[in-house]
Parts: sequence; structure tokens; C-alpha cells
Amino acid sequence: MIVMNQNSKPSPAEGGVLEAPKRTLFQENWNLFRKNRLAMAGLVVFVIFFIIAVGGFFLTYGRSPVFDPALVRLQEKLRPPLSKPNLETLKPEELPRLGIYLFGTDDLGRDVFSRMLQGAWVSLTVGFVAVGIAVIIGIILGGIAGYYGSGQISLGHLLASVLVGGGIIGILLGETAVGVLLVLLGAAVAAVLIRMGNSKGKGPIPMGFSVLFFNLFSVDVLITGLIDIMLCFPVFFLILTVVALIPSKIHYIMIVIGLTSWMGSARFIRAEFLSLRELDFVTAAKALGVSDWRIIFRHMVPNAMSPVLVSATIGIASAILIEAGLSFLGFGDASYATWGNILSSGKDFLFDAPWLTFVPGFAVLTVVLAFNLFGEGLRDVLNPKLKERH
Amino acid sequence: MLAFIGRSAIQKIITLFFVSIISFLIVHLAPGEPSQIDPLNPKFTQEVLERFRKEFHLDKPLHIQYLYYYRDLLTGKSVSWKDNRPVLKKIYERFKNSLWLFILGTLITWTLSFPVGIHAAIRRGGLYDRSTTFLAYLLISIPGFFFAYMLIIFVVTHFHVPVIGMETFGISSTGWHWFMDRMWHLLLPSILGAAGGIAVLSRYVRNQMLEVESQDYVRTAKAKGLSPDKVHYKHALRNALLPFVTMFGLILPGLIGGSVIIESIFSWPGMGRMAYEAILARNYPVILAVNFISAILVLVGTFISDLLYMVVDPRIRL
Repeated sequence: MIVMNQNSKPSPAEGGVLEAPKRTLFQENWNLFRKNRLAMAGLVVFVIFFIIAVGGFFLTYGRSPVFDPALVRLQEKLRPPLSKPNLETLKPEELPRLGIYLFGTDDLGRDVFSRMLQGAWVSLTVGFVAVGIAVIIGIILGGIAGYYGSGQISLGHLLASVLVGGGIIGILLGETAVGVLLVLLGAAVAAVLIRMGNSKGKGPIPMGFSVLFFNLFSVDVLITGLIDIMLCFPVFFLILTVVALIPSKIHYIMIVIGLTSWMGSARFIRAEFLSLRELDFVTAAKALGVSDWRIIFRHMVPNAMSPVLVSATIGIASAILIEAGLSFLGFGDASYATWGNILSSGKDFLFDAPWLTFVPGFAVLTVVLAFNLFGEGLRDVLNPKLKERH
Repeated sequence: MLAFIGRSAIQKIITLFFVSIISFLIVHLAPGEPSQIDPLNPKFTQEVLERFRKEFHLDKPLHIQYLYYYRDLLTGKSVSWKDNRPVLKKIYERFKNSLWLFILGTLITWTLSFPVGIHAAIRRGGLYDRSTTFLAYLLISIPGFFFAYMLIIFVVTHFHVPVIGMETFGISSTGWHWFMDRMWHLLLPSILGAAGGIAVLSRYVRNQMLEVESQDYVRTAKAKGLSPDKVHYKHALRNALLPFVTMFGLILPGLIGGSVIIESIFSWPGMGRMAYEAILARNYPVILAVNFISAILVLVGTFISDLLYMVVDPRIRL
């Protein structure tokens, strides 16, 4: 939404002879969006989910939360939804806060409603953080490929980065001495490159060093190659491998999902940048002496965001699905209740306690559906080709 | 043409090389070692551990291990650390089981998506179009494991047939009964595997068809009074089908994809489950081999799809 606000500058025709339309771009898009009933429904569910998730975080957080998702009541296990607690066997502080088990209890007698509340927060953060990471990586790499794509990478660049990278890996593996040496060597090569680069054109490059300036390939080839490499991995399998090998903390899971799903936004940003780069407003900004940094982030990124916004919305949906799938397979963070692990614990009681499957299942389905519908609606609105038809 | 083939072959080999390096680094840089997977097992004495590490070159530096591993894999000598059986043979056995799911799932996907998508496009904006659109979103959004359990509950309570595993445990009958039993077990996982595909493909078919229907030559065909059937199926459909030829290449990676979640739920002894077990046991040779083969399939798939594109659409010169 923020991005659309930035675009919503008043029409330049204002004050002219012709009466300019009074509606901003945002209002126009909003009016279009409202007509799409499925997308509107998606937005409404999204807002409700957001409120529940944030509320759920505060209600289940801390040592004595309002709704305790981890409180075990073994005598009350597998109670169906809407059942009343057995007052005789429970201590007063163990009673469910609502007076009934709204969504029943699981095999340890934990209140499923409280667990769903906490799970809502986990799903929300996983979706947003993972996609946030993916979009940031995508903007940086896609932006570099689109803007500096024609820049050449020389043998010296490659040598320096291989030395530094190898050194860091060496340090990580425990070979500190060799690692530090490699990093220092790499830094030396980089220093030579910078010095020579600055004095380039002023005098001839000394013999032997000119080989460092031998151009290998362009930045664009490097980054699109990287995207191709990442696309070769089977994504869910890769995430599963990494998550299984590292400690299962929810933050790691978010980072891993983010690191494996940036390729789409990088491609979009690159494509948009390639066409934006040639436009007059970028040339004008350059002529005014605006720094590259400012041109990219202030002028180009907001104009390139609409496809990214759409893919990010749908990306949130798939991140939530992936996290639920990981939790279901038992690779989630067991210290939180997530919708995936509620469902996973319910699979052993499929016929005795179907609510353990259906409550989280429908919750995931509703939220993911809402994000997908909202994203598709956004795509229709932001697509100028489709707008002309209305 | 030849230049294109040569260039992309070189490109793909370079990509594959980096994929092999990255996947190797991912599994080897992760904390913990395969030899420590079972530290409490009294059989794993210090000497056994040493022998284990020596046997599988784990005591060598990383780049030597890398060379050893891919030499063994490419010559087919790489063995699984867990049971000492050749990795490729292991994969092939599981692959045969997953193949059935893949074939049936693909058949369901392609036979359902096209009629649904084409009809939705022809009746654009109508009830049929809107309901299939919603259904497609529903199928994309439903978590596979949840859908699986709903189907299991439905089939088990209504038809009273067992669906877990590849066949009913201890079944001894042959002929028709055996065949039906196999089909029942095959059906649910295939439907689940196809669900997402149907949703995506039918939407794609619909959009493609809509695009073609708005072309001038279709309007001309309508204007000269051809019957709607002829316009839709003879003029529009043929051109709308063009991009789908290329998708034959893109379904190739699905051969080894075998869904981890679906195969675990149905206890299907396929690729996905084998990979999952290999991850749990830190059986690096199997993990890396699955990764490597699927990367090859992705690259070959995109290559085939590029080639087919050139063949069917003479406007494209790569």
C-alpha cells in the first residue's frame, strides 16, 4: 500500500485549462479493486487474520499469558470442541479462560484455541519475514543486474572475491591461520585493483598487473547465472535438507525460506530495471547529478514494485504453506504451537479427534486462500493492460 | 540451431557444476557429522568411527571429498552410508514406485485441466468460469497434508477400502482383485499430486485461450459466420495450445520430485520418502545424488522446452 501511495502524485495537468481528474492513482486503483469481490474478501480475511495474529501474540506471550498454549491438563485430553471443562479435576488456574474449550483439547489436554492463537502469530511472522528477506535480496540482486548489468567482472575481481570467500570458509571450518592469510591476500588484490582503477587512464598499467583487468563476464551474466543455479534446486527438498541440518529455531526457518525464494522478485526487478533504465526520468535524474543509490531506491524501485508486490503477496501464502509442511514433518520449532504441528499431532487421532486436523487445516486454508485471492486481485489492478478494458 | 544447442549445453554444464558445489557445501558445512548421528549406540566405538570416517573419506579436506564423491557418483560406485548399497540402484528402485504416481498424476492433470480451462475461457464471466476460478484458488491454497486427511477420511468411511501403502498388507489374491487394490492405493496420492497442477494448468489454459480469442482472426472467423464450435475449437484452440507443447519439457523434474509429504502420509515407498529418510539419517550420498539428478532433470527439461518452442513457433529464433 505504501508503494501505491508514493505513486499517487496529483496529475500534472492540474491548473491547466482542462479540469484534471480529482482522483489520485491510489483511489483509482482502489475503486477498481473494490469491484473484484473475491479479492475484497481476501483483503477482509487478511485484515482479520492480522488482528487475530497480533492479538494472539500478546494474549499468549510471557510467563502467565491470558491464554496459555503450553498448559498441560492430562485429565482433560482429547475433549471435543465446545465441551465444558471438568471442574472437579482442575485447579482454578487451569480452567480455560473462556469457560469452555472452544476448539477442544489435544492429546496432552492443551487448549487448542490458545495454540491456534499462538500459531496465527507464528504463521504471520513466518510469512512476512521470509518474504521480506526474499524481496530485499531480490531488489538488491535484481537491481544490480538491471542497473549495473553491463559492468564487467575482471579476473582481479574474481580473484579477490574467491580469496576472501575461501578465507571466510576456511575460518568457519577452523583453519584460522590459512583463512586469515587468504582474506588478507584477497584484500591486497582488492586494494591493488582499486588503486590501479583510480589511476587508470592516467598512465599505463604496469606489466603483469594488466592481467587483473582481463574482463571475464558481465555482472548481468553473473546474477542471472546465480538465479538459474538457484532454480535448479527442488525448493521444498532444499529447505527440508537445510532445516534438518541446522537447529530447528523458528528464526532459522524464516531465513531459510527467505533465502530460497528470492529468485522471482529478482527476475521481476531486473526486467523492470532494464526498461526503466532507458526512460527519460532516469536520464534526467542522472543529468542532475543524483547519486546512483538515490536513483535506484528513490526513483526506480517504487516504479518497479508492482509485480514484486503481487509476487510477495502470493509468496506469503506459499511461505505459510511451507512452514506448515515443515512443522507437519516434525522439522518445525517445537517450542511454539504452530498450525502445522497442531495438525501433525492430530494425525494419530484422525478418527477419534478430527477437530485436531480440521481446525488448523481450515485455518491454513482460509489464510492462504485469502492471500492468494488478494494477490491476484492486486495483479489485475496493477496491470495497466487490463485497466484499459474497464 | 546448432550454435544454440552448443551454447546452452555449455551454459547448463557450468550451472550444474555450481549446483553440485553448492549442494555439497550445504550438507558438509552444516554443524554435526554423519558419524555422530547415533552417539549413544555402544557399537560406535572410537575405532569404528575412525574406520567409518576413513572408509567414506570424511577425514580428507573438503575439496578432496568433493572430487571423490562426484567421481564415485558419475561412475556409479557411490554407496549409501546407511546400508552400503549403491546409491543409483537405491534411487532406481524407489523411482519405479514414484513413477506410477507421476504417470497417473500427470494424466489426471492434463486430461482435466484442458477441458476445464477451455470451457472457462469460452464462458468467460459466467457461473462456470467463476466457480472454476474459485475452485482453482482453493486447490492451490489447500495444504497438501490437510487435503490428504480429508480424502482419507472420506474414502475410508464411505468405500471401506484401505488406502495406506502401495497395496493392502498381506494381500495374496491375484488378477482383477489385486489390480483394483493397487488402483485404490494409487488413486488418492495421484489425485493429491495432481491437485496443484490442475489448478495452475487450468488457469493457464484459460488465460491462453482468452488471449487468442481476443485476436483479430478469431473475430474474422466469427464475422464470416462460422459455427461457434468451429471458431473455438478449430481456429482459437490450435493456436492457444502452442505454448503447452513446451510444457512437456517442464514436467520432467516432477519425475524425481516425488512429494515428501504425500509419500510420508501414504507410506508410499517412493523417491520423496527415501530422500526424507536420507535427510534424517544424514545419508549425504543419497541426499546429494537426489539433488544432482533433479538438477539435471530441470536443466534438460528447460533445454527440451526451449527446443520445442523453436520447433513449433517459427517466429522464435534463439
